[in-house]
Amino acid sequence: MTTQTSAPQTPSTPSAGTPTGLIGIPPRIGRALATGGGILTVISTFLAWTWTAAFPGDLTVYGYPGGLQVLVLIGGALTTLFGLASYGVKGLRWLVPAGADSAIKLAALAAFATAWYTIIAISTKLGGVVNLEPGGWIVAIATLATLLGALSLPFNRPEPDPIDPEDTGWEQFRHNARHTVSVVKAALATGTTTPARKLPAYAEILIIVAALAIGLTVFTYGIGTEYDELFVGFLITAGFGFAAIAKTGLVGRISAITAKHRNVTMIGAFVAAAAFPFTQSDDRYATIGVYILIFATVALGLNIVVGLAGLLDLGYVAFLGVGAYTAAMVSGSPSSPFDIQLPFWASALLGGAVAMVFGVIIGAPTLRLRGDYLAIVTLGFGEIFRIAVLNLDGTSGPDITNGSNGISSIPNLNILGFDFGQEHSIAGFTIARFANYFLLMLVITLVVVVVFRRSSDSRIGRAWIAIREDETAALAMGINGFRVKLIAFALGATLAGLAGTVQAHVTYTVTPEQYQFAHVVPPNSAFLLAAVVLGGMGTISGPLVGAALLYLIPAKLQFLGNYQLFAFGLALVLLMRFRPEGLIPNRRRQLEFHEDAEAPTVLSKAGV
Amino acid sequence: MTTDTTIKDDAPGSAAPGETVLDARGVTMRFGGLTAVRNVNLTVNSGEIVGLIGPNGAGKTTFFNCLTGLYIPTEGEVRYKGNVLPPKSFKVTAAGIARTFQNIRLFANMTVLENVLVGRHTRTKEGLWSALLRGPGFHKAEAASRERAMELLEFVGLASKAEHLARNLPYGEQRKLEIARALASEPGLLLLDEPTAGMNPQETRATEELVFAIRDKGIAVLVIEHDMRFIFNLCDRVAVLVQGEKLVEGDSATVQGDERVIAAYLGEPFEDSPGDEEIAEVEAAEAKADTTTDAAPGKENDR
Repeated sequence: MTTQTSAPQTPSTPSAGTPTGLIGIPPRIGRALATGGGILTVISTFLAWTWTAAFPGDLTVYGYPGGLQVLVLIGGALTTLFGLASYGVKGLRWLVPAGADSAIKLAALAAFATAWYTIIAISTKLGGVVNLEPGGWIVAIATLATLLGALSLPFNRPEPDPIDPEDTGWEQFRHNARHTVSVVKAALATGTTTPARKLPAYAEILIIVAALAIGLTVFTYGIGTEYDELFVGFLITAGFGFAAIAKTGLVGRISAITAKHRNVTMIGAFVAAAAFPFTQSDDRYATIGVYILIFATVALGLNIVVGLAGLLDLGYVAFLGVGAYTAAMVSGSPSSPFDIQLPFWASALLGGAVAMVFGVIIGAPTLRLRGDYLAIVTLGFGEIFRIAVLNLDGTSGPDITNGSNGISSIPNLNILGFDFGQEHSIAGFTIARFANYFLLMLVITLVVVVVFRRSSDSRIGRAWIAIREDETAALAMGINGFRVKLIAFALGATLAGLAGTVQAHVTYTVTPEQYQFAHVVPPNSAFLLAAVVLGGMGTISGPLVGAALLYLIPAKLQFLGNYQLFAFGLALVLLMRFRPEGLIPNRRRQLEFHEDAEAPTVLSKAGV
Repeated sequence: MTTDTTIKDDAPGSAAPGETVLDARGVTMRFGGLTAVRNVNLTVNSGEIVGLIGPNGAGKTTFFNCLTGLYIPTEGEVRYKGNVLPPKSFKVTAAGIARTFQNIRLFANMTVLENVLVGRHTRTKEGLWSALLRGPGFHKAEAASRERAMELLEFVGLASKAEHLARNLPYGEQRKLEIARALASEPGLLLLDEPTAGMNPQETRATEELVFAIRDKGIAVLVIEHDMRFIFNLCDRVAVLVQGEKLVEGDSATVQGDERVIAAYLGEPFEDSPGDEEIAEVEAAEAKADTTTDAAPGKENDR
């Protein structure tokens, strides 16, 4: 992803062997400039950037950074830290196990992009650069200087291939462009990671806890951004900042530690997620949280079908619908044809079971197909579900689902006297309706995560992967392909149905429109698949991250309006071009997509 | 290349010596109008290595696919230890026939160990519930599978590379891994489809040793191969398939000495082939021509 960033290009005078920077400033001055610029950036965020509070976030206060200034502050602080670490300052060297230079460049870019985005946003929103206070000018110049300094840091330039004189102009242009790209890549290349010091287990667990706490903070900040500008700034800072930290080798080190303590990481992640509602003062963002969680859980269920067994299911949301409708019908809703109210455990089990039955019914005839045919048939079945539900309204068919009105006024859940519709006070924190459901949904997510993990690391999981890799060979090894695929399909359906039983209660109403193939609001089949592909097929964290991004970005960027789907499509195309294995790739997948990449000889435990 | 691994007594691989393991009777395979295999009979006895040779396109692989359930023979039947083979390839493997492929078909992005574990699929029973609940039975079965898989890797000499990705193995070791994966299903009969294709002489010899070691474990082997030295060193019996029909069957000497086999490989004189007289005539003419064309030496080379 980082390679798309347009760094200023200099006319390349490649003096092979001697490392030079992208910009012709002497490296020593550049390093000083980057570090000093970072400090100046941090200071400038304490100044006023504009004179009026008309720009959201109140950037008029001296001595107290607000809104976007905080993000620039983080970018500047990261640059300063990495800069100091590159000087070898004691106590900071652990920050950069794989070299600081690439990280300085990206951190400087983060500060620069966020600061200049803010300045430009202020100028356009308030009408002209006159609205900037001196602080605004200072931060603009400071971040620019930082970036220039960072870009002058030396790196090993790749040797350009000689140009074939017989090439046409277009081919020469492409040749040069390719070389430029490889130069930028080299400028941002990660160094070799120095071997990690052996840490005692408790220290490693503390590191995991710290990493999770940072993750929770970042996520909570992102979900709580109150206006478009702040969210865009957040995306810029978070994106470049994460890339910078990845370049230092810290991410790799932490993921190595988490791989070692998988159970601790999983429990820690769920504790961190459960802490989310307690960080919120009102229910507004818990709503987003619970919808993200539903979306993510269903995406994770789909990941069993798509990521592990390799069955492209384009009608997956139908199973969510089956679960939701089942739960709605036995919830005691007045518009349900059945006048029964089952306790939650019973309706959850029933929802999962009915979804499983539908999974088997739909899977049995379709799973004999392979590849594209399967995708088309599942797409068809997904739509059949929606239209069938629409027609079971008493006029076109028997009155079961109440047609397009759906089943409404689904009562809130009440588990062991705990009313999910009421506010509760737990240890001084107020937990309102959506926060209650958030915690319940988290339990369902945990179930799905455990199912995913356990099934993938077993005889049946190996059979799924074998089928995905080479179906003929898998059959010749004695795997009953149809049966194994049907199990994957039914298991995926069950998990979606389980999530649906909670969803019905969260949304009050279930209607057929919620379960389309493509729709503006997730979850729908297209977005589910996109979340899996975006996040990374075959991993647990991939679909969770993918779903969170896919839900948050449209929800937060209201100004995109009608261009939402366009932007989404564009982003997906770019991602597939530059990182087809997803944001959090499974090792296996990464190898599949990058045939030429040097594969490690040893594959560590697959599936993060 | 340790051969000390012992087969369990209840394994399907342990058959009484001399017993017929595979019995193909009148196998015919037609694809539309094309008859790829015509009325082929073949038996393989336990403890025997049988070779199947023939020129390219003779129908060897088609016949193999008929034996392994990938194709259902149009006519005839295949019996394994007296039972007619089921028409599904995974059931054939469960019955006790394992195979390798002509073009290697490993699960490239799985590790060496995982590949062999997939081969264990038919001999283990743990289903989804057992995987989800993780009872003691699950851990026991997993451990047993792993142990058995490591034994097999030890047997083919890949134990040190258990955690490597299959795709990273050199060609010869990929072949070995395919054999180990096939052995993992504890077969009574192993079908090898060109196991030495693309190997150098050393690797071919190593493969030969490996096949002998497999035979010594009591597993019958049926092997397709183009490398004649390999086949005649290895096999107790060789069958020759030409244009879908079995031409001859017998021990190495019989097959090597059979004129029809040589003709099949080198091309056989067609129906109105030139008789001795014509040949003599042509030779005479050529002798005459040689003297005249002396002026243009090197013309011969241009042909």
